[in-house]
Amino acid sequence: MAFQIESLIQDQVATFMLHGELDSLSARVFQTEIEKIANQPIDSLVLDMEDLNFMSSAGLRVLIYSKQKIGPKLSIYIVRPQELIVDTLTKTGLQHSVTIVDQYPV
Amino acid sequence: MATDIRIDYYPTHEQQGIKFRRGHALPFGATMVPNGINFSIYSSEAIDCTLVLFERGEAEPFAEIRFPEEFRTGNVYSMIVFDLDYERLEYGYRMDGPFKPEEGHRFDKSIILSDPYAKAIGGRDSWLAKPNWDNIYPYRSRLVFEDFDWENDHPLETPIEDLVIYEMHVRGFTQHPSSNVKNPGTFAAIRSKIAYLKELGINCVELMPIYEFDEWENSKENPVTGGLIVNFWGYSTVNFFSPKAGYAATGKFGMQVDELKTLVKELHKNGIEVMLDVVFNHTAEGDHRGHTISFRGIDNKTYYMLTPEGYYFNFSGTGNTLNCNNPVVRNMVLDCLRYWAADYHIDGFRFDLAAILGRDQNGAPLSNPPLLESLAYDPILAKCKLVAEAWDAGGLYQVGSFPAYGRWAEWNGKYRDSIRKFLKGDEGLVGEIAQCIQGWPDLYYYRGPTASINFIACHDGFTLYDLFAYNEKHNEANGENNNDGGNDNHSWNCGVEGETDDAFVNQLRHKQIKNALSILMVSQGVPMILSGDEVGVTKSGNNNTYCHDNELNWLDWSLMEKNSDIFYFAQRITRFRRAHPVLRSRTHFQHKDYVGSGFADITFHGTQAWHPDFSSSSRCIAFMLDGAHAKSGTIQDDSIYIAMNSHYDALYYELPPLPNGKTWHLAVNTDMPSGEDIYDIAKEPKLEDQGRFLVGGRATVILVGK
Repeated sequence: MAFQIESLIQDQVATFMLHGELDSLSARVFQTEIEKIANQPIDSLVLDMEDLNFMSSAGLRVLIYSKQKIGPKLSIYIVRPQELIVDTLTKTGLQHSVTIVDQYPV
Repeated sequence: MATDIRIDYYPTHEQQGIKFRRGHALPFGATMVPNGINFSIYSSEAIDCTLVLFERGEAEPFAEIRFPEEFRTGNVYSMIVFDLDYERLEYGYRMDGPFKPEEGHRFDKSIILSDPYAKAIGGRDSWLAKPNWDNIYPYRSRLVFEDFDWENDHPLETPIEDLVIYEMHVRGFTQHPSSNVKNPGTFAAIRSKIAYLKELGINCVELMPIYEFDEWENSKENPVTGGLIVNFWGYSTVNFFSPKAGYAATGKFGMQVDELKTLVKELHKNGIEVMLDVVFNHTAEGDHRGHTISFRGIDNKTYYMLTPEGYYFNFSGTGNTLNCNNPVVRNMVLDCLRYWAADYHIDGFRFDLAAILGRDQNGAPLSNPPLLESLAYDPILAKCKLVAEAWDAGGLYQVGSFPAYGRWAEWNGKYRDSIRKFLKGDEGLVGEIAQCIQGWPDLYYYRGPTASINFIACHDGFTLYDLFAYNEKHNEANGENNNDGGNDNHSWNCGVEGETDDAFVNQLRHKQIKNALSILMVSQGVPMILSGDEVGVTKSGNNNTYCHDNELNWLDWSLMEKNSDIFYFAQRITRFRRAHPVLRSRTHFQHKDYVGSGFADITFHGTQAWHPDFSSSSRCIAFMLDGAHAKSGTIQDDSIYIAMNSHYDALYYELPPLPNGKTWHLAVNTDMPSGEDIYDIAKEPKLEDQGRFLVGGRATVILVGK
């Protein structure tokens, strides 16, 4: 399934719904969305990944990029990620930089 | 955005739809620049160079761009290529030039070559996944990103005298089914064993080679089991800048760099340093019959030491010898180590067959080797530990004489041999044992005890258990008719060759292991334990298991229960060392009382106090460290008395009296059963008889005076 992203910004919370496969090509789309919110007063980035089937290293890098671009105080919530994605986050230590939750608001 | 791009990052050339321009000669390798990648590679003898670009995993390249002559600066070809997908790119080079082996040239432009400065290599992404043998470019250069979140991490800079090093093989540590980890055999799995490492009391892991190598190299059938023999240890480098993808659970995603950095960060958070075992003496390209992977096809005469006939000098015993004191190669080694120290936060390096690094381009030992000097004084490596394996396979043995420049420490092979022979019961060793426990001032008088990395077993040779279970090596499974591996093991099987049900023999073996660990932990210098020795691991008498991806090299975690007495002892003896600064001096003992405590910093004894027996028939020695002299008298510690008896009979040792109402307490007695062989810190029982102590046959006793 092709990658799709829907965004919603409300009360300093940016919510992105991710669908399909996040590979090196689609990661650019994801990164562009992050850049759009980079100069806004965002406290929390909520990534709903329930319908995301695959995330490559490029996708993981956008998570790192988000922190670097928006600032270290940004809280990143990953909502309902599939097991393969959680596994990759854990092996690379990125689970320490995000909060994995079943729903948002937590 | 285009408006952000400087004028010097616009393309000037186009070929096959690829836009590019002249690049920067430095740094070598592939470097991300605005909107493009700068490729730079050195060759002094090539007449032409072509950059070959692949989509990740594709069989054929999508572009090949010949470097225009005007892109060459000196002997360096450089080019910026624009609009490439960093994530999916794989690249290599074709070098054209003469194929005249008798003149040292082995150019072959039909071969695609790996970049010596590549930061990641594709092609061996999962351990032992069968490669496509028809691949026209099996070891593919890749880019890596520099966006890892280190948080506040930095190298720990633990004083070297405070280290307890644990030599570990990444895969061997957790691959055994008993390890009970989620991703066995990987960097990620080590993270789940950090609590174990802390419990053991070590504070530095020395990782056997983690640079990209090919486990399939020289693979063949195991003559004993019929299984597969592979390159397990990895002392055969394909690329010096790339971590081995097959050691990463995420290697198949190309995330090995992040996984390794995460491991380093987590170890640091737990106070554990990371040292790498690095192999700069040779490469995986082998001798003239070997494969061309990188260096040979790029600039054979620069990278390798060659005979006048154009063959490879073989000081490494593996076919070729890297030309480490050629200025170009020297810079590559420096660049490499700087990269690992700066980008991976590595705390130190152990150099395999380091004597080779001190040879000139014809193989002769140099009195002032520029590479060793450069490493010692390098500003980026200034806080890194530098440890030499101070010999090579060409017969150069430099233990005690390695050019140190005030920085280098050495694996002390003499310590290993002396302790082994003493424990075995050989006579005439007491003088050498006195040197061992002092950090061998005869060898390192001007360098201090921390020049001595003390070990009794390491990956090469018998495990500690096998040292006391085998008189002879048993390497048949290596397929070399038991001709490989060292023959000078100084081992003793305690009466039975190999495994036995004899309770007395097994008890004696356990006691000998405890003796070895005790002596190691009370010796000045830096102790190193081989992974698994703390639980009595065996390799069934094989002293050269370089080729076994099986139980011979996988740590069997069930031994924690089977040999729980050894594990219990190992945990506590490391704690004992770390609790007593008097055991960890940075300077040699002066053999005098320079703090006015009434005792010299160290005194030697025998079965009679103050009367050591250094005669050739003696197997007994005791020594006392005065706690008032700890860390050159800057810290107050307990006094420590250590009695070693390698005689088969028990002997009474007269104890030196302590001043100021202090008394002797029992910390260790390896002659006693588990539970009474070692006591926790501050729980050592006071001796009833303060005048003498019966030290069992082949036993070690440690007393604490407080």
